[in-house]
Amino acid sequence: MLSPQFTKSEQFKVLVAKLGIDGHDRGAKVIARALKDAGFEVIYTGIRQTPQQIVSSALQEDVDVIGVSILSGAHIHHMKVLMEELKNAGASDIPVVIGGTIPLIDVDELKKIGVREVFLPGESLKRIVEIIRKLAEEKRRLESRG
Amino acid sequence: MSSAETILDDLLNKASNGNMRAIGRILSYLENPYTMPEDLLEKLAKRAGNAQIIGITGIPGSGKSTLISKLITSLRKRGYKVAVIAIDPSSPISGGALLGDRLRMQEHATDPGVFIRSVSSKGLKGGLSLAALAMIEAFDALGYDKIIIETVGVGQSEVDIMSAADTIVVVTMPGAGDDIQALKAGVMEIGNIYVLNKIDKEEANKTYEYLSFALEKGDLGGNDSNWQPRLIKTSAIMGKGIEELVEAIEDHFIFIKKSNKIQEKIVSRRTLMINLLAEQFLSEGLKLASKEMYDELKSAAINANDIFNTSLRLAKKAVDFLPQNKKD
Repeated sequence: MLSPQFTKSEQFKVLVAKLGIDGHDRGAKVIARALKDAGFEVIYTGIRQTPQQIVSSALQEDVDVIGVSILSGAHIHHMKVLMEELKNAGASDIPVVIGGTIPLIDVDELKKIGVREVFLPGESLKRIVEIIRKLAEEKRRLESRG
Repeated sequence: MSSAETILDDLLNKASNGNMRAIGRILSYLENPYTMPEDLLEKLAKRAGNAQIIGITGIPGSGKSTLISKLITSLRKRGYKVAVIAIDPSSPISGGALLGDRLRMQEHATDPGVFIRSVSSKGLKGGLSLAALAMIEAFDALGYDKIIIETVGVGQSEVDIMSAADTIVVVTMPGAGDDIQALKAGVMEIGNIYVLNKIDKEEANKTYEYLSFALEKGDLGGNDSNWQPRLIKTSAIMGKGIEELVEAIEDHFIFIKKSNKIQEKIVSRRTLMINLLAEQFLSEGLKLASKEMYDELKSAAINANDIFNTSLRLAKKAVDFLPQNKKD
């Protein structure tokens, strides 16, 4: 490794995906665009992704945060499978956030299974970007890599 | 052996056993020469040298990503492990990038014999070509037989990457008549295989004739007189012409192997990589040197004096700033 004076600022990578049988991708695309404009590298995998597809894409791209959008109502079921797959892959340290049509009463259960942040309808883009940045910084700090 | 080396060997072992996360992390290291473990590149390069590097380039919207997805299916049926380096142009304004190439290849996301990595120019601290060349070494070392690099083929670094490939595939589409004129400049004219994609569209025959004519005339195609460039009609979305394209790619690899050009290609790729790495070091040294010589530079600029000599002194100073060796 070169001396510290050569070290550069970081750029974070985020995966944005639609999980399950759900083609409503406007929200995911708005988020992807906002993250890009905030200087993130965004990997957009599109609609109708399985939990397995999301996990292996996250590993291949070595992302800092996984962002999932669900508007089908099946978020609890799908997220349980996703978190389990992530654990099996030994990658529980990658923070996962979710957004979509999620009722307030489901937030606690989602957090209980390890989802780091739940964005409800009406959430501001600014706050979403800020939280994702914070989670990405935290992950990099924990593994202390450039 | 230092603990850093043990960690690196551990990572390489995991990666060799197909651990996706380890491979993904190695690729991240290669994106940034400033934090790359010093022995990583040679450890990878020592194991590399067997893969076919396939450069796929073409105008935006010509269907490259969909075509690559179909190619992966066919290559997998033939038993090959496939890696894809998907290079997307990124926004020079925000510094961010929206990478959507793998969207069309997601059916292969869970296949352990396929690895897809998106790359944007902006996130890279050491230049696009350097990262791509280093990633080629990594995939090759880790046992991927076919390494596909996708680019839109504009800009110097993309031209460098394409020229480094073993086999260059140029993708175009019907109605792109004027673009074919533009193909005659740069990387597009050195294709080994030309693909007319979207043949289900209007004007396909007209464009095909135009391309055949350009090939016959010698306007397109590389400068190797022993390889007759092929022109193949495909419809990626309908799965047409894919087998023929894979045959052509295989034939070209056999051709360069027979003409003993593989070693030559590997050496020229690595020479380019070493050059690009040196360029990185120098440009870093240059930044530090101009900081230190700030007053002198400013004075030369204000007084319009001694410009030539000041830049020479600056260049010499830049070299002083380089670490003596990798351990420094």
